[in-house]
Amino acid sequence: MITLTDVLVLSGILFAIAVAGVFLNRKNIIVLLMCIELMLLAVNFNFVAFSRYLGDIGGQIFVFFILTVAAAESAIGLAILVVVFRERRSIEVEDLDSLQG
Amino acid sequence: MHSLAQFDVSQFNAGLTYACPEIFLGLAACAILLLDLLMNDSQRRWIGTLAVVSLLLTALLVVVQPVTGKIVALGGLFELDRMAQVLKAVTLLTVAVVFVYSTDYLRRRAILKAEYYVLGLFATLGAMVLISAASLITLYLGLELMSLCLYAMVAFDRDSGIAAESGIKYFVLGSLASGTLLYGMSIIYGVTGNLELAAIANAVHHGLGDNIGLVFGIAFLIVGVGFKFGAVPFHMWIPDVYVGSPTCVTVFIGTASKLAAFALTMRLLPEALAGSQADWSQMLVVMAVLSMAIGNIVAIAQSNLKRMLAYSTISHVGYVLLGILSGTEQGYQASMFYMISYVLVSAGAFGMILLLARQGFEADKIVDFRGLNARSPWFAGMMAILMFSLAGLPPFIGFWAKLGVIQAVLGVNYTWLAVVAVLFSVVGAFFYLRIVKLMYFDEPTETTPIGGSALMRTVLSMNALLVFGLGVIPGVLLQLCQQALR
Repeated sequence: MITLTDVLVLSGILFAIAVAGVFLNRKNIIVLLMCIELMLLAVNFNFVAFSRYLGDIGGQIFVFFILTVAAAESAIGLAILVVVFRERRSIEVEDLDSLQG
Repeated sequence: MHSLAQFDVSQFNAGLTYACPEIFLGLAACAILLLDLLMNDSQRRWIGTLAVVSLLLTALLVVVQPVTGKIVALGGLFELDRMAQVLKAVTLLTVAVVFVYSTDYLRRRAILKAEYYVLGLFATLGAMVLISAASLITLYLGLELMSLCLYAMVAFDRDSGIAAESGIKYFVLGSLASGTLLYGMSIIYGVTGNLELAAIANAVHHGLGDNIGLVFGIAFLIVGVGFKFGAVPFHMWIPDVYVGSPTCVTVFIGTASKLAAFALTMRLLPEALAGSQADWSQMLVVMAVLSMAIGNIVAIAQSNLKRMLAYSTISHVGYVLLGILSGTEQGYQASMFYMISYVLVSAGAFGMILLLARQGFEADKIVDFRGLNARSPWFAGMMAILMFSLAGLPPFIGFWAKLGVIQAVLGVNYTWLAVVAVLFSVVGAFFYLRIVKLMYFDEPTETTPIGGSALMRTVLSMNALLVFGLGVIPGVLLQLCQQALR
């Protein structure tokens, strides 16, 4: 039997992996986009689990919206990525250092 | 959530009339997007005018709406109260002013395309949805509509390497913030069993005050809100994005998106989670103190005006948080006053950079303002008004804003916090006054006359004079904020 706690722990782990991926990744911007996607999916897990547990359909409706927004977000992310690649022929995270911060 | 059986057509139609400014703006943005396809290059300069007109019409629709108390419509997704009305009107007018400032800048850089205006209009629409959100769903959708447009706007000057780089940084950190906020929302949903803000407030009020899950959720929400606001320690994107993006986008991010972030905070914390004010107050105290300290101190070391204004934003966000964390009606009113007055001043300050910028010259170094008085005494005076206001000197509007939030924290016995706020505003006064000194007491390094269309010069002058006028009679804006949050 899968309990609410099991799903919450799984989503917590996925979320932590995603955040760690964003901060530890030094290689490639595409991996960053994947991490962001993973983070939203972890949140979806949470919503579905709570929705089932509470018997309230609202959480599952929210998931549909999050999936849609995630798709739009990837599209924008990839578009900016293409611009970056055209400008400097590289998508390494370490090359993004021409601004001081 | 209402089931289909409860669906009432007349109620839905009534809801649509409350949302008619949003609907109008959405349609106008789509129409402008389509018109762009039918226009040739010489007709295309009218797009900016069309965008400004549609913003002003939307603002008119917002203002004429009769708002009494709090109206919740569209199945508990949309809410209209005085705060929403005031914030929406201010956002729309600000964006219209930003568009007027931007047109010359865009034309000179040959990036005068409809994309800038259309993305700006959709971002404004997102901000309006966010301001009127009554449910976590609309809150999130409004926020994302605004953020996604802003990511694209930052990178839309395709030939600028630093714009692309700051675009990707903004995108990654902004998405991270949205994800964190969303994770917090999911926890709040799980603990309270509701997505509607009013129902969440009710559940929290009735015995969930110190539920550990709730505090966990709030911590994630605060991280997300802190990112969107740009409060320390979640501020690292602000300086890079401000410097990297074209100035006409920086001014958009520095004004309209700040109002939206304020609305996000007000909806989430004082409205939905008033019952656990003690928890989020503590977290905001830390963020406010760090923002005021780091913002004001690091700004001193900057030679780039956009970067300096970025750190100045961070410090001003700290002051806005002071009012919110006090948890009183007076504090919320003071914060709203602060936010609106800051947006007014920062629109003017970035407008000055846009005015001085020429082809191939950004005017974003502090030394570019050297000897401005010799080139144009009028605009040097305007810039001086704006800088005095940012520094918080009486009788300019920034003074009343700071006074309000400091009174708010004194009202809840945070005396040490008030002392810290005053100390750092003295530190902050230094770098604003340095610009005034450069303008009046240094020799100009260049003598080219100041450009800009007559419309832009007029609007910019009115903007700065408004900063002065509202400083002399702050009662007008103060009363508006008091009515909005009662």
